Amino acid sequence: MTPARLRLAINGHPVEVTCPPERILLDLLREDLNLTGTKRGCDLGTCGCCTVLLDGRPTLSCLTLAHLAEGHAITTIEGVSPAQGLNPVQRAFVEHGATQCGFCTPGFIVTGTALLKENPHPTRDEVERAVSGNLCRCTGYTKIIEAILAAAESP
Amino acid sequence: MSAVQPPRDEMRLLGTRIPYVEGPLKVTGRAEYTDDIKRPGMLVGRLLRSPWPHARLRSIDTRAARAMPGVFAVLTGEKYPTPFGVLPITHDETAIAVDKARYIGDIIAAVAAQDELTAERALATIQVDVEVLPEYTDPRVGLAPVAEPIHARGLAGTNIQKEVVQHFGDVDAAFVKAAVQVRVRGNFAGVTHAFTEPMATIADATPDGRLTVWSATQVPHYLHRSLSEVLGIPMHRIRVIKPEVGGGFGGKSDPLPHEIVCAALAIETGRPVKILFDREDVFLTNHGRHPTQNDVRIAADAEGHLLAYDIEALIDGGAWSSFGTVTTYYNGVLSMGPYQVPNFRYKGRRVYTNRPPSGAMRAHGGTNIRYTIEVALDELAEKIGMDPFALRELNALPPNSKTINDFRITSTSFRQCLAASREKSDFVTKWRKLPYGEGVGLGCGFYISGSNSPIHFTPKMPQSTVHLKVDMDGGIAVHSMQADIGQGSNTLLAAIIAEVVGVDLDRVHVVRVDTDVSPIDLGSYSSRVTFMMGNAARRAAEQLKEKLVHAASQLTGYPPEQLQVAHERIHVRHRDDVGVTFIEALHKAMETAGALTATGAYSSPPMGGSFKGARAGTAPAYSFAAYVAQVKVDTDTGEFRVSKVWAAFDCGRALNRLAVEGQIEGSIHMGLGQLMGESMNYRGARLLNPALLEYKIPMPFQMPEVECLLVGDDDPEGPFGAKEAGEGPLIATLPAVANALYDAIGVRFYDLPITPDKVVKGIEDREREGRAWKGA
Repeated sequence: MTPARLRLAINGHPVEVTCPPERILLDLLREDLNLTGTKRGCDLGTCGCCTVLLDGRPTLSCLTLAHLAEGHAITTIEGVSPAQGLNPVQRAFVEHGATQCGFCTPGFIVTGTALLKENPHPTRDEVERAVSGNLCRCTGYTKIIEAILAAAESP
Repeated sequence: MSAVQPPRDEMRLLGTRIPYVEGPLKVTGRAEYTDDIKRPGMLVGRLLRSPWPHARLRSIDTRAARAMPGVFAVLTGEKYPTPFGVLPITHDETAIAVDKARYIGDIIAAVAAQDELTAERALATIQVDVEVLPEYTDPRVGLAPVAEPIHARGLAGTNIQKEVVQHFGDVDAAFVKAAVQVRVRGNFAGVTHAFTEPMATIADATPDGRLTVWSATQVPHYLHRSLSEVLGIPMHRIRVIKPEVGGGFGGKSDPLPHEIVCAALAIETGRPVKILFDREDVFLTNHGRHPTQNDVRIAADAEGHLLAYDIEALIDGGAWSSFGTVTTYYNGVLSMGPYQVPNFRYKGRRVYTNRPPSGAMRAHGGTNIRYTIEVALDELAEKIGMDPFALRELNALPPNSKTINDFRITSTSFRQCLAASREKSDFVTKWRKLPYGEGVGLGCGFYISGSNSPIHFTPKMPQSTVHLKVDMDGGIAVHSMQADIGQGSNTLLAAIIAEVVGVDLDRVHVVRVDTDVSPIDLGSYSSRVTFMMGNAARRAAEQLKEKLVHAASQLTGYPPEQLQVAHERIHVRHRDDVGVTFIEALHKAMETAGALTATGAYSSPPMGGSFKGARAGTAPAYSFAAYVAQVKVDTDTGEFRVSKVWAAFDCGRALNRLAVEGQIEGSIHMGLGQLMGESMNYRGARLLNPALLEYKIPMPFQMPEVECLLVGDDDPEGPFGAKEAGEGPLIATLPAVANALYDAIGVRFYDLPITPDKVVKGIEDREREGRAWKGA
């Protein structure tokens, strides 16, 4: 199919690319823009590794056509990471051992960061609900939930 | 071998909660996994998988694919027919199927093309002419001679891949004099690792005659060997690099065919090639926990002393051997702890079927048999009228003992595990006293802390080697082929070096596994890394420390034996003010030799009996566990929730408490998955649920609260007293929950997974039979 022009904002920067209509947002990020922090775990919307924020809301980039993001703001793991150091959720993940193999981690960080922006003091139940679209096979989620709750408490 | 452990209060770093050294890279998405790597001119490799469960390949016509623009190479099996496999005694795999396809998913051709779409289109043009052969999906059928054995090496015309028969003591006599016995059959669906990172490999064969392979692997050394054997390139011209690995759990612990195919495509094309798996590829590659049936008889005297185990296991191996010979032994011999069993008989058979191969999965060979035994012991205790803790305490293996099959037991804190989980869970006030639908249960575990036998015996060499290099910048580069797959082994390696040399952790940099520079460590499997790499690392660090202390002696004029290492300093014992900094000592030591180097290695001591299979299950140490789980069952729907697990675990000294807790919590997640619902479902030979939507791993709301009780005494041979914590923590989870279910609803479950329909049926059967729910 014929490639078409696409304008969107990625991590606060306007981006203009030309890509075919069937291009998936995950491929646009990873393959075309080299934003490899967003991970490909299943391609079927089941694992949450590819989670990005679309206008601030957690979205599965493997199920999103790139062209549907036209005019929207996309934030990836690279976008929630400060140029130096770590954001509070990231810092809590490191301190609490909430990342083991790390492959699911960007998805959890993006989801957790978005949650705390919307709801700065969530309950455990609210955290569990927020991350219920993200699978982790290493941690049993225990330290992930702990870390997000700790980040909410941190100054 | 035995090392005097420094007292806990003398250690600065080890024994605390040490955040993972690569954590900041992982939380920012900056950690580099194989699929994140791009090489100039890289092609896409794609695999044609067999749609037939069992078929003779008569011809494969690849002409149309080869003629397609954008296609650079098409490969079929005959080009690299050398068989390989993780165990040298059972090489029955080929990179691409040569004469037969043996399961739906077997690789029968491969393409390298300019892009994904072209590669897929090329695969679609390949014409395969086959003779469909009888399919075997029931391991019972394969026990007798069959019309078309799946492999020629099957035992006497059957599909039996491995048969193990062992007998110690006199089991029949023990059963004759037994006061009590139980006889049960456990049935276990196959389960898979479900790590989040799909397999990925990149290969580049360059004009200098070298081959470089980046791969998501737990065993860079075994991959290195297999590439060499199959491709016919000497090992010294092959370089294997392990980027970050997004979980393995045993699923990346075989050299896998796609890794070799990727390298072959790179050789064919002269271009870098990447093969990236989708989730269905991952499920079809499998190597997960074997579907198993085990028949267990246990005899005891009237006081509850165990007299004998009589075990028979039938194991569905799938299409290849993989680790299967080990699996077949383990399903018997790993029953030999944590209790003393004076008589033991085992017959285990692993049978090839036309299904995705099974292999090693976390707590390999120990999980299913332990489940059946621990649930049967609960039944036995009830028959005798003992509480489940008392039965286990009575029979616990003592420290410094030997099992009937010659396992050397050194440290065991199993009794402390029992005491801790009983007390913390308040078991005595809950057991048999909670209302209907609620219950508590005990399950115990035992696992190897590293297989004492390396997989390869030639050449004879240590199981782990660690190299250090320090230059004038004061940074310590650490080289080792141990494979961090998320369990935190890089962190432990760095922490051991920093501890011994007395420097800050940020001076130590663990260099990515690269066979060009990393000395061999056999890899991440059999829970061997902490114990074996840890000892090698400690020795390397001691050697470096010696050089620094010698230099400090020259600078201070005090003899080395009067000097001690402190934080970033070396000073005279009891005279903190007389000494030199780490950097001063380093620069002095470098004056004549330049950059300092040090090396340490670990070889396990000889052990095991002289009978056939005596080495299987021998380990330089063993972990022990006693878990109590508390459950609540919805008796109408059959759904249940595990509210809490008290996990008492003996990993010797926990060197990184954060990591040990992480291993226990993650193990409980994985154990609960197998118990509550995970199952590879088949219709005949076809896997019905090769996706994470249909193969469900537990979600956050299904996780219990976990209380980790780390009660281990120091192990005499482990590094700083440590033993494994990677796999053992899984095993006790399943029987603890099953025994809690019995306490809750009075139903025994020997058929996994325990889905809600089985719970409802169990309750209905019990009510129909008029049995009381507390077994009273």
